[in-house]
Amino acid sequence: MAEQGNGEKLTAKERLAIERVSMPEQDGIERSKNFNEVNLGLQEEIAIREAQRCLQCKKAKCMEGCPVGIDIPGFIQKITEKDYLSAAAIIRQDNNLPAVTGRVCPQETQCEIKCVRGKSGAPVAIGWLERFVADYEINQRAARPKTQAPKTGKKVACVGSGPAGVTCAGELAKMGNEVTVFEAFHKPGGVLVYGIPEFRMPNRVVENEMENLKSLGVTIETNVLVGRTVTIQQLMEEDGFDCVFIANGAGLPIFMRIPGENFKGVFSANEYLTRINLMGAYQFPKYDTPIIHGKKVCIIGGGNVAMDSVRTSKRLGAQESIIVYRRAREQMPARAEEVHHAEQEGIRFEMLTSPVEILGDEQGWVKGMKCIRMELGEPDPSGRRRPIPIEGSEFLIECDLVVVSVGTSSNPLVTATTPGLNVNKWGYIEVDDNLKTSIPGVFAGGDIVRGAATVILAMGDGKKAAQSINNYLTTEIQTGA
Amino acid sequence: MYQLVDKATIGPNLTQYVIKAPRIAKARKPGQFVIVRAKEHSERIPLTVAFTDPEAGTITLIVQTVGKTTLEMSQFKKGESFLDIVGPMGMPSHVDKFGTAVVIGGGLGTAVVLPQAIALKEAGNKIISIIGARTKDLLILQDQLGAVSDEFIITTDDGSFGMKGLVTDALQQLIDNPDVNVGAVYCAGPVIMMKFVSLLTKKYNIPTVVSLNPIMVDGTGMCGGCRVTIGGETKFACVDGPEFDGHAVDYDELMDRLTTYKKYEQQSLGKFEKEHQCKLHQA
Repeated sequence: MAEQGNGEKLTAKERLAIERVSMPEQDGIERSKNFNEVNLGLQEEIAIREAQRCLQCKKAKCMEGCPVGIDIPGFIQKITEKDYLSAAAIIRQDNNLPAVTGRVCPQETQCEIKCVRGKSGAPVAIGWLERFVADYEINQRAARPKTQAPKTGKKVACVGSGPAGVTCAGELAKMGNEVTVFEAFHKPGGVLVYGIPEFRMPNRVVENEMENLKSLGVTIETNVLVGRTVTIQQLMEEDGFDCVFIANGAGLPIFMRIPGENFKGVFSANEYLTRINLMGAYQFPKYDTPIIHGKKVCIIGGGNVAMDSVRTSKRLGAQESIIVYRRAREQMPARAEEVHHAEQEGIRFEMLTSPVEILGDEQGWVKGMKCIRMELGEPDPSGRRRPIPIEGSEFLIECDLVVVSVGTSSNPLVTATTPGLNVNKWGYIEVDDNLKTSIPGVFAGGDIVRGAATVILAMGDGKKAAQSINNYLTTEIQTGA
Repeated sequence: MYQLVDKATIGPNLTQYVIKAPRIAKARKPGQFVIVRAKEHSERIPLTVAFTDPEAGTITLIVQTVGKTTLEMSQFKKGESFLDIVGPMGMPSHVDKFGTAVVIGGGLGTAVVLPQAIALKEAGNKIISIIGARTKDLLILQDQLGAVSDEFIITTDDGSFGMKGLVTDALQQLIDNPDVNVGAVYCAGPVIMMKFVSLLTKKYNIPTVVSLNPIMVDGTGMCGGCRVTIGGETKFACVDGPEFDGHAVDYDELMDRLTTYKKYEQQSLGKFEKEHQCKLHQA
């Protein structure tokens, strides 16, 4: 039975007796027809009950798993005391995008996997609690964060308004620096707005966080393509920026280079999702950007982006939406929750399958994919067993839309227009332990350094970069220079 | 945000916009384009920058009305603002000293070759311009292009003005002319036109630069929607182009991919025209 959340200390035994709560969800088939959020959020009493499950460990293992080091037991305690705004403030000491991370972090591999409760039962639902607190804060319209820090007189430019860029900007602003975030698109947020669909990350949540950022004094300039509209040298030599943090992501789509990839109806996941999430194509003709609605859709890939794409295709009315993945189910990099949600929505999974050719009809439209079955061999450099084609196992999947979701890499626009910026052989920016690049005053973090990774890792880099930049500005740059 | 400092109709279904965009005006080089999003519901569309005035902080776009978005844009008034413009996108024009450069504009392609012609002229080339259209009324920018050309040839399919024939006929004449040494050809216009110009110049090994116009969304290289096949390799027109070696382009593939959203485009335009008409009748 749920106790009243009055902070009354429960005994460890009482806490251990509480089972992990469930997250209310829209019904699987029903939600596959709309773009509303799948997870509906915890009700207050349920959140309190879940918060009471936390044993308030002295040496919290969960915190070790968090890439930004949130005081997890701290904020959870506040929930049990019904002081949700204090809980939010605790989270915001380390994480300025709690409504985002509470939704998209892979908690099951970060904080929750370390939770001691997981040793004999289910871990505390840290992610759901973070989301509960963040959403409460949004709904209460509590005053937006402000900073009282004395102005340092230093200017920093963040290239990219994705998770790394905005986190760095927020932290630097809180230290009293003048920060401008430059974004190439017309809306800020990066993958949060163009990549992650409405049913997982509503854009209004991201917009709200951008308002918080502005409240801290950060300037966000959209429609600036650094590398073309302005270069990094110009920012530092002409526009007066003391430091630049490069966080433009890994946005270059990877194609499979198989025959038929240019037939009409074949998209990169980036294009497919950007048309729908950023440009509103699922509401055509209310929004002018169109998108092809396939009846039978194949998504090539097994990561979170592939899950987002395949579930989106269902919502656009596909009769059949199929994941085609070359390895086995257990090896899919996608979050378990996303795969589970996809299954509930009726997605078909073709595992150990790889496309070899895309076929088109006489009018140049996709009509099918020739695929080959795979089997698992020895581990490859990533540690996963290598998929090997089974000779003679070719077969045809009929489809009228294909989305290629096999990864992204670094867009060379910034690196190619910034002389002296060292990159590795894959085009990612080389940095030292302090996220410093080969150019003094220029730092980098997020996917442009790591390759395509997660929102929270990018945020961790943003936070670390802010510290490094602050050190650099206070120690290495002489005043008046 | 991106205010229309001036707006004028300069031809049939042809609008010239002078827009306040200081960063773009300063950074843009000939051959580059911008991506425009006029209103909140609008598409993002690529448009060549015809001129800039870096001191005044303005860019000039010359836009033909072809569908819903360009029609809606043409109804903006001077003083109003487009919501979003980003640029300059694409690689700047590759400009060299060829001696004599033949610049060919077909239809709206003339607005694309105009900045190229200006740049080639500044680089010391003799400019022979050919512009072609189906009929006299569809010719555009004669004065502007004529002003930077040493020789200026107009072709119309129906012979209503200038030479009767296609731009390739005029080009063939130049190539055959012993007094003319065509060093390079720069060409923009309907894909089929660029294809046939390139097939012609290939026979004579004349370097040919075409400006491709695939459908785009972001313009920054992140979506691959504008992918074209050049010499058997996939390139993105927004970051590797928009100019490419005319002899290496798979034109048929580009022409086909341009039809991807045809039924949506027709639907959108039809809906807009219908709504627009009703409003007119109510007035």
